[in-house]
Amino acid sequence: MNEPVRRLSVVTLVMFLALMIAASWTQVIQAGSLNSDSRNVRTLYREFGNFRGPFVVDGESVVFSKPIDDPYNFQRTYTDGKLYASATGYYSIVFGKTALEQTENSLLAGTSDALFWNRLRDLFGGREQQGASIELTLREELQRTAAEALGNQKGAVVAIDPKTGAILAMVTSPTFDPAVLAGHDTQEVNDAYAALDADPDGPLVNRAVAGDTYPPGSTFKLIVSAAALDAGYTPDSTVYAPDSLPLPNSSKSIENYGGESCGKTEQITLEQALTVSCNTAFADLGITLGWDAVQRKAIEFGWTDTFRVPLVVTPSRLPLNPDDAQVAMSSIGQFDVRATPMQMAMVTAAIANRGVLMSPYLVDTARASDLSVIQRSIPTVYSSPLTSSEASELTQMMVSVVNNGTGTAAQIPGVTVAGKTGTAETGLDTAPHAWFVGFAPAENPVVAVAVIVENGGSLGSEATGGKVAAPIAKKVMMKAIELAKEDS
Amino acid sequence: MATVSTVRYQRGRGSELMLLGLAALVTVAARGLVDYHADVIVISQMVWYTVVVVAVLLAIHIALRRWAPDADPVIVPAVSALTGIGLAMIRRIDFAWAARGKPTHFGETQTMWVLVGVGLCITVVLVLRDYRVLRRFTYTAGVLGLIGLILPLMPVIGHAVNGAQIWIKLFGRSLQPGEFAKIAFVIFFAGYLQTNRDTLAVAGPKILGIRFPRARDMGPLLVVWAAAIVVQVAERDLGTSLLLFGIFVGMLYVATRRTSWVVLGVGLFLIGAAFAGTFFGHVRVRYVAWLHALDPDVYSSGQSEQLVRGLFGMASGGLFGTGLGQGRPDLVPYAYSDFIVPSLGEELGLTGLLAILLLYVIVVQRAMRTAIGVRDGFGKLLAAGLGFTIALQTFIVVGGVMRVIPLTGLATPFLAYGGSAMIANWIIVALLLRISDQARRPQEVTA
Repeated sequence: MNEPVRRLSVVTLVMFLALMIAASWTQVIQAGSLNSDSRNVRTLYREFGNFRGPFVVDGESVVFSKPIDDPYNFQRTYTDGKLYASATGYYSIVFGKTALEQTENSLLAGTSDALFWNRLRDLFGGREQQGASIELTLREELQRTAAEALGNQKGAVVAIDPKTGAILAMVTSPTFDPAVLAGHDTQEVNDAYAALDADPDGPLVNRAVAGDTYPPGSTFKLIVSAAALDAGYTPDSTVYAPDSLPLPNSSKSIENYGGESCGKTEQITLEQALTVSCNTAFADLGITLGWDAVQRKAIEFGWTDTFRVPLVVTPSRLPLNPDDAQVAMSSIGQFDVRATPMQMAMVTAAIANRGVLMSPYLVDTARASDLSVIQRSIPTVYSSPLTSSEASELTQMMVSVVNNGTGTAAQIPGVTVAGKTGTAETGLDTAPHAWFVGFAPAENPVVAVAVIVENGGSLGSEATGGKVAAPIAKKVMMKAIELAKEDS
Repeated sequence: MATVSTVRYQRGRGSELMLLGLAALVTVAARGLVDYHADVIVISQMVWYTVVVVAVLLAIHIALRRWAPDADPVIVPAVSALTGIGLAMIRRIDFAWAARGKPTHFGETQTMWVLVGVGLCITVVLVLRDYRVLRRFTYTAGVLGLIGLILPLMPVIGHAVNGAQIWIKLFGRSLQPGEFAKIAFVIFFAGYLQTNRDTLAVAGPKILGIRFPRARDMGPLLVVWAAAIVVQVAERDLGTSLLLFGIFVGMLYVATRRTSWVVLGVGLFLIGAAFAGTFFGHVRVRYVAWLHALDPDVYSSGQSEQLVRGLFGMASGGLFGTGLGQGRPDLVPYAYSDFIVPSLGEELGLTGLLAILLLYVIVVQRAMRTAIGVRDGFGKLLAAGLGFTIALQTFIVVGGVMRVIPLTGLATPFLAYGGSAMIANWIIVALLLRISDQARRPQEVTA
């Protein structure tokens, strides 16, 4: 019976060989696709099980991972969630990651190639893998000031350091607390998300960079002015400013705000037109310059571009092949012109920085757990839409807006402020959006700011950019100047 | 002229002691790593555990030196290492559950069963001085095996867990009589086949170049085939029916050396499998889960979820594993019992898993060597049958979790949580040791 026993023993060997091949297949060849399978919660757990790096604002961790005694090991904690949600986004086991939690994920999770040597050191040192900390460009006090100034009104505030492009404040309202989405109770998180998602005010929308773009209203006159300066105009050049400008090939006409006159005569200076935000003057100027010139200038400021800060910024829009009537409307920031608050802040920052637009950015530094710098943002030039002299002429015009025109609510005692108001029509039944863009001090700007309050905010249909948005911008600029003094 | 000369030979007890030292090292180190990563390592407990492990292994070693000095020296170290690795993994799952606020105590219970199992192993080696005695109990074993199979169907004592009616409850303890029935059946098959092998080997009609047995000799095969199907139907226990039928066909082949029996056996098995797949919903579910495990519909309906979760675990272990105590095997249902192999695959990696499978190969090959070495037919059949039982049971459960064959429930020998299986498998070890003691005993050589 030895022969059949030998054969049986070969059969058992073949059986075990089959098991070994199956194990190798699963653990080596198929491993990649199994590991990346969306149903495999291990990837998620592994990610959650590691110490995820914090977000740091002004030297304080505002988002961090706290050890917790549950299967995930760490709880993502948002100390001032509502204040920074616009930048950090959330980190949820159910809904994944958004905003910087997503764009900086490989650094936070410690899986980035930049952290290779740190990982190796942790491995041999027997330490847990640690993610990098991300230091934001946001300034705590400025962010808080902007959020408080905006209050319960729907809208957004963006403040940029015009010299570097660093985003000093980015507020969207209403907002949400990422903590309610970062919980580990799936049911609770689902309920919280459903409530936020169903909220008609859209708290999950980041209005500063990725909301529905807004008609820029009169703030767009800065672009038309820039195009005019480019075409050889000066602040003292006269422009045609009738009380009413009939639209070409149309029975309609453009009037000034409240039906007022822009000056004593129908010929006023460009500076005067901007100061009083003269609609008829800019509508006519747009037609005179031609849409191509206006459009080219807008594009130089970043219009129609998709870019990252590193949050993706929705491209601002321009009308396609508008006729003269549409050019007239577009030139005062209506018709099909749309902008994000980020785009308007960039326009302002470029003027403030002598015509050089710096790329806006939110992340300053990434540091490994041993505090060594892994990445540091270097300010880069986005474009140069204006010459230095054009920028100073435009600044002079904007100073006039705040000193003598529609933007007086933005005046700061002892500081020269440059600005532009906007009151953008949104339809027959809805109150206009109130805008203010500006920078200060005009001679040596430390901050450029863009404010939008949707549908007039608390003032409703009575609102103008000067009444509603300018006071908010003023508070932000004052705080920024105060911070700049402290820093120096 | 006849002279008696002694031949120098290796009993292997020294090698065994060395190998037992390795097994002890693996057992203690595995537990140490598990405790370390659960942050509960207590040096005094580790010392105690080491003392107990060494004491238990020494007890077997001394028992063998004294009562079975020629027994195979590799079997006990190999199964001890498997048992030790299993204990560590079961404890590790306990910690994972405790961390999730649902404490379990499988590790402590299993430790007790291991002690009982090893104790019974030593007892059997001690009491059963000659395994050939068992042949006298051929039919008794057959009847006991049948009773063991039928017990779970009895009212009051029998009960079902997760749909399989394979348990009995006695004095508040659950017991899987099927694990013991398989030993009884191997004894019965060995005795019956040894007696009837000549009749069974008689040639019958030749079909397609293969000589088939005579119709009237096919009785036993048909009876076991029918019994396997009945088990399957009544208890919904695919694993045990496959195991019993496989053991019988394997032993029948060893006894008769006829390929035709294997062809017939496999043929009947396939007929049974097709029949079950067509008419039993729960079998069809297994087929679907096996063939289309990763299909989103099959997965989301829950049919293959457990299987796929096991695969995810193994995949995340990769080549070298996450390290003991550092993976997430608790994400797989039954990670401590049916799915202990994926748990080990996750934390020890492919490398560790292959080492574990090699330990089984060693045990099985040693059993087969014993079968070849022993001189009586009953012993050959018994050793080969027991070795094949371990091999087949491992193949059925590991093949199931790795999608080589459809998933059926069976305990992974020595590794998985479960008292009945642990005790039964250590009794198999005792029988193998006994037979190998006989097989390796030096004969008087006459020249």
